[in-house]
Amino acid sequence: MGNTQIEFRNVSFRYQEDMPWVLKDVSFTINNNEWVAMIGHNGSGKSTIAKLMNGLLFPQEGEILVDGQQVTASSVWDIRRKVGMVFQNPDNQFVGTTVRDDVAFGMENHGMARDLMLKRITESLEAVGMNGYERHEPHRLSGGQKQRVAIASVLAVSPQYIILDEATAMLDPKGRKEIMETIREVQSARDLSLVTITHDLLEVTQADRVIVMNGGEIWMEGTPRELFRKKEQLIEIGLDTPFVSKLAEELKGAGLPLTREPLNHQELLEELWTFHSTR
Amino acid sequence: MDISFDKVSYTYQPNTPFEHRALDEVSFKINSGAYVAVIGHTGSGKSTLIQHLNGLLQPTSGEVKVGEYHLKANEKNKQLRNLREQVGVVFQYPEHQLFEETVAKDIAFGPQNFGVPQEEIHRRTREAVKATQIHEDLLERSPFDLSGGQMRRVAISGVLAMDPRVLVLDEPTAGLDPNGQKEIMQMFHRLHKDKQLTTILVTHSMEDALAYADHIVILNQGEVYMEGAPLEIFKQQQALEDVQLDVPEVIQFVTKVREQLGVELEYTGQSIAELAKELTRIVKGDRVYE
Repeated sequence: MGNTQIEFRNVSFRYQEDMPWVLKDVSFTINNNEWVAMIGHNGSGKSTIAKLMNGLLFPQEGEILVDGQQVTASSVWDIRRKVGMVFQNPDNQFVGTTVRDDVAFGMENHGMARDLMLKRITESLEAVGMNGYERHEPHRLSGGQKQRVAIASVLAVSPQYIILDEATAMLDPKGRKEIMETIREVQSARDLSLVTITHDLLEVTQADRVIVMNGGEIWMEGTPRELFRKKEQLIEIGLDTPFVSKLAEELKGAGLPLTREPLNHQELLEELWTFHSTR
Repeated sequence: MDISFDKVSYTYQPNTPFEHRALDEVSFKINSGAYVAVIGHTGSGKSTLIQHLNGLLQPTSGEVKVGEYHLKANEKNKQLRNLREQVGVVFQYPEHQLFEETVAKDIAFGPQNFGVPQEEIHRRTREAVKATQIHEDLLERSPFDLSGGQMRRVAISGVLAMDPRVLVLDEPTAGLDPNGQKEIMQMFHRLHKDKQLTTILVTHSMEDALAYADHIVILNQGEVYMEGAPLEIFKQQQALEDVQLDVPEVIQFVTKVREQLGVELEYTGQSIAELAKELTRIVKGDRVYE
């Protein structure tokens, strides 16, 4: 296939002509098989990017390419087969009266054959650990279960890219964990790129790459490790660093020369262990 | 205002196939001026509990006391209006409840309903927007032209303009960016101290419970599962894990340091900087742990 990526080329967008630009000359690429986290303060343009990616909105300037094909009103149905989206509010994305109907809905819209649909329903519910719930009513599920069904509905269409627009924001910690585990499993089992739009810094640490938005522009692109080194600048643009980064920073200040920017408890513990055992 | 729950049970749709007991003999006390965090999973009874605080729900059995107001099963409380004037509730996603043409009108709606004189409403509105850091220029704008974070602040201002003695906050920072979350939580903490409010915070965030509350009530399946001072509660990691709740990240980390490095380290409310100093001392020298 060669050209498997989402590409934003000098994209600018505003909701109305007399309104300020929400995105200003934004260019980036989401590569095949990559997990990219997108963060930024409220109103920084993250969700607009998500909506541009699968043709819910179209840019006034620049172009967006999915696998080399430009996102336009006429290509939008091809694009949406490739780019699936999971939204924030689990209650706003159900149409079916049973879990099974709901997972089938997207496939019906794409005119898929019944046999294939039945197979995909089973496969995708299995992938999110919701097999056995086929005949349950979606609105009676927990928040985490609802979002897993929403992910299954997207998987069933077999997209190459899945965008999760603050998909864990309305869930409790248990639901959040369920979703993050599901996402990790799905991504490692399938040939998929993920874009997760989030405020959750722990979610960010798990991504391959981070794009930070600020005031409609890309503020930074890099690995989570590179990002959390910029502690003060992050706070200036309304963001924060995880606990581990804050502690690492203070440890350096207290005279402990850490060798790298730790991303999680284990990495920091290993560093501490090294100092502890070699002194 | 002192608040107490005495064996409060609440059943939704009693005597039907959908009968569901959301609260089961819940008893606890909140002293006037306390900042209490109520924690529990979705479905643990938190929302049912807070709806008793301003009489939106009436106990199926047992008794709720909020200051001088008593709520009992099968007993009509004629003072509900007064109770609601004293207990301000910030519901989840309160910006969904905005409806007026201008920010000022929306903030004034509550106090107007309670017959507060116009002059006083003006005074309270100015005070409320100052507390929530809404620019006075926005008062004549439509609330629907504002950003999500600003809308949240307008909705909160509407509750503050009631000048309540008790503030009930149901996940007030959900959906905000990290900076917005911190600002809102610090604002409530300031109000709590300045106005000597009794504050009840419903949250999933153990970090917020640790940072702001002086008492924690943990609900599980409609019952009080644990209750106590934050540091005491968070010492019981296993008991919390049994109901799938975590301890705050700093405490998780301190526990790992203690277990994996085999050193003496206890979380007693240190700041991150203090913790870093202590850790440095431990790993670098002063064999304090031997």
